[in-house]
Amino acid sequence: MSGIPHDHYEPSSNGEKWLHSRLPIVGLMYDTLMIPTPKNLNWMWIWGIVLAFCLALQIITGIVLVMHYTPHVDLAFASVEHIMRNVNGGAMLRYLHMNGASLFFVAVYAHIFRGLYYGSYKAPREITWIIGMLIYLLMMGTAFMGYVLPWGQMSFWGATVITGLFGAIPFIGESIQTWLLGGPAVDNATLNRFFSLHYLLPFVIAGLVIVHIWAFHTTGNNNPTGVEVRRTSKADAEKDTLPFWPYFVIKDLFALVVILAVFFAVVGFMPNYLGHPDNYIEANPLVTPAHIVPEWYFLPFYAILRAFDGDVWVVIAANFLTGGIVDAKFFGVLAMFGAIVVMALVPWLDTSSVRSGRYRPMFKWWFWLFVVNFFVLMWVGAMPAEGIYPYIALIGSTYWFAYFLVILPLLGVLEKPLPQPDTIEDDFKAHYGKSSTKEGAPAATPAE
Amino acid sequence: MLKKLALAATLALAPVSGAFAAGAEGHIENFDFSFEGPFGTFDQAQLQRGLQVYTQVCSACHGMQYVPLRTLSAEDGPGMPEDQVRAYAEQFFEVYDEELEDFRAARPTDHFPANTAAGAPDLSMMAKARAGFHGPYGLGINQFFKGMGGPEYIASLLHGYTGEEKEEAGTILYENTAFPGGWISMAPPLYGDDVEYSDGTEASIEQQSQDVAAFLMWAAEPKLMARKQAGFVGVVFLTVLSVLLYLTNKRLWAPVKARAKD
Repeated sequence: MSGIPHDHYEPSSNGEKWLHSRLPIVGLMYDTLMIPTPKNLNWMWIWGIVLAFCLALQIITGIVLVMHYTPHVDLAFASVEHIMRNVNGGAMLRYLHMNGASLFFVAVYAHIFRGLYYGSYKAPREITWIIGMLIYLLMMGTAFMGYVLPWGQMSFWGATVITGLFGAIPFIGESIQTWLLGGPAVDNATLNRFFSLHYLLPFVIAGLVIVHIWAFHTTGNNNPTGVEVRRTSKADAEKDTLPFWPYFVIKDLFALVVILAVFFAVVGFMPNYLGHPDNYIEANPLVTPAHIVPEWYFLPFYAILRAFDGDVWVVIAANFLTGGIVDAKFFGVLAMFGAIVVMALVPWLDTSSVRSGRYRPMFKWWFWLFVVNFFVLMWVGAMPAEGIYPYIALIGSTYWFAYFLVILPLLGVLEKPLPQPDTIEDDFKAHYGKSSTKEGAPAATPAE
Repeated sequence: MLKKLALAATLALAPVSGAFAAGAEGHIENFDFSFEGPFGTFDQAQLQRGLQVYTQVCSACHGMQYVPLRTLSAEDGPGMPEDQVRAYAEQFFEVYDEELEDFRAARPTDHFPANTAAGAPDLSMMAKARAGFHGPYGLGINQFFKGMGGPEYIASLLHGYTGEEKEEAGTILYENTAFPGGWISMAPPLYGDDVEYSDGTEASIEQQSQDVAAFLMWAAEPKLMARKQAGFVGVVFLTVLSVLLYLTNKRLWAPVKARAKD
C-alpha cells in the first residue's frame, strides 16, 4: 500500500496461505501496522491516535446512551435526567460522552494546526488534507446535532440560531430552513432527524477516517522536517524510518494515556466546566436566553459569523454590488463557511516549495499569530456583540482570511527559506547524536 | 515538548467558559461547601437540614420533578432510612395518580411533585443551571478554583435581599445583590428561624440558605461522590499506566537513539 519500499507480509503456514490467496486480510493488517514511519516524528504527531480513540469512545458511549434516551420534545430532557439518576453508571457515561466531544475537538484543532505548521497539506498530501477537512466538517455537524438532543435551553436556541443561518440564503433560504427543520420551527421533527443523523454521521466519519489513513499511508507520513523519506532503496528507506509497530504505537499510547489522565480529571472533578448552565433548563420556545452561545469549539467561527454586520464597508459594498441580494446576514454566513473553505484550499494557496515551518523564518511569525488569533476569536465569540468586541472580531476575521488568501501566497515569493537537512536520518542524528542525556530538548543543534 | 503540549491544552481549554459571560452580574459570595474540590463529599446532616428548608419553605412555590423521592435514602446523599422516606413522602406530598384519576399521598417511588405556582422555576437542576463565577474577563478560569458556583449563587441569592421593593408593571420586585440586574420577583423566602432544625443547629438566614443550597446541589448531582471517586481512580490508574508506558517507550527507543550517535 505504501510507496516506501519495505517488507511485505509473507504467509508461512498452510492455513495462512489458504486464507491469503482468498482474502489477504492479514497482509492488509500487517502492511498497515508495519508501515515505515519517519523516525523523527515529534509529539505533535500523536493527535491522530487521540482522534481515533475519541471516535471509538464517542461511538461506544453513544450507543449505550441511545439505549436509554428518548428523542421526543416532551421526554428527551427527562430521559437524560433518567440516565443521570437511574441508569447504572449513567452519569459517568453521559459525562464521558459530553466531555468526549470536547476532547475530540481539542485533538482535532491540535491536529489541524500541526498540519498547517509542518505543511502536511502540501503535495502529494492534498487528498489527505481535503478528506481531513471533510471529517472536520462532519464532526462539527455531528457535535452540533448531538448538543440539541438533551433538549435544554441552549440546545433549542442553538438549533434555532444555526438553522436560521440557512434561512439567510437569498430566495431559497426559507424553504431550505423549513426542509431542514421538518417544519416552520425547531420542534419534534427537528429533534428526531437530528437524532437520526447524530447516530449516522459518526459511521460516515469512520469511513472517511479509513480513506484518510489510506491516503497518507500511500504518500507516507509527513515529518517535522518536511523532507521526504528516501525511496531509492529499502536500505535507504530503513535509515529514515521505523515500523509503526512497536515504535509509534507505544509512543502514541503513552501520549494518549497522559491525555486521558487529564480528561478523566475533567470528567471526574469538573464535568460541567465546558458546558453551559442554561442547558440544565428544559427547552422553552417562549423564553429566549440572555446570551445564546455555541459550544466552545464553534466560537471562532461564531465570531466570524457575527463580525460582518451591516456597518462594515465590505458588507455595504457587497450589498450594493449585488443589488441587495447579499445582505449582512448572508454575508456573515458566507464568511463563516468561507473561513473553512479557504482552510480546505490551503494546499493551493500556499505557494512556498518548503513544507515545514521550521525552515520558514517569516512564515513562523504569521503562523503563530494565526494561532493566537484563533484563540482571540474563540474568546470574542463568547462575548456579547457590543462595545469593543465586534471590532476585535472583525480584525480577527480579517486576519483569518488574510492569512490564507494574502500572506501564504505572498510568503512563497518573498521568503528566503533556511537550509533543510538532506535526509530525515540527518535530522534525527542532529537531534540525538550529541547530548543524548537531554531527552526531548528542542532540535536546536545544527545539522552535522 | 510535553510542557508545550500541556500549555497548548490549557490554552485550548481556557477561553471556553467565556461562554458563561452574562450581562450585569450580581455579587456571589464564595462559600466553602463540603462537596467542593476533588475529594469533597456531601455533609449528610447538612443535606437533611437543607431538605427540611426545601420542604417547609421552598416547596410552597417550587417543584423538583426530576428527583425521585426514594433517592433521599441514598447513602451518598441525605441517607434517610427507608421507612422515614416513606413517612416523609406520605406526610408532605400529594401526586396525581392516573390510574386512580385522583390525588393520593406520595410514595418513595414517586418523584418530588412539579410545582409551577406563581411561575417559580423547577429546582431539580438549579444548582447546575446557574453559574456563580464567570471571570476574569469572561474567561471562566476562576471556575478552576472556585467551581461553577451554582450552590454559591443560590445561597447568595437567598440572603442577598436588601429590603428595598419597587413596583413594575403590576409586579412587586425585590432588590437582591446576587440577582443579575438587581431586582427579583421572588419575595424574600427566609427571615431566620423559618424551620426548627432537629439537630439543634441555629436556623439563621445564612445557615438555612447554605443548607438548602447544599441540598439542591445534591438534588442536581446525586452521583457527585461516585463521580469524583471514579475520576480519582481513573486518574491514578492512568497515571500509573502512563509511567509504565513512558518507561516502555524509553527502553524501546534507547537502541535507536544510541545508534544515532554513531
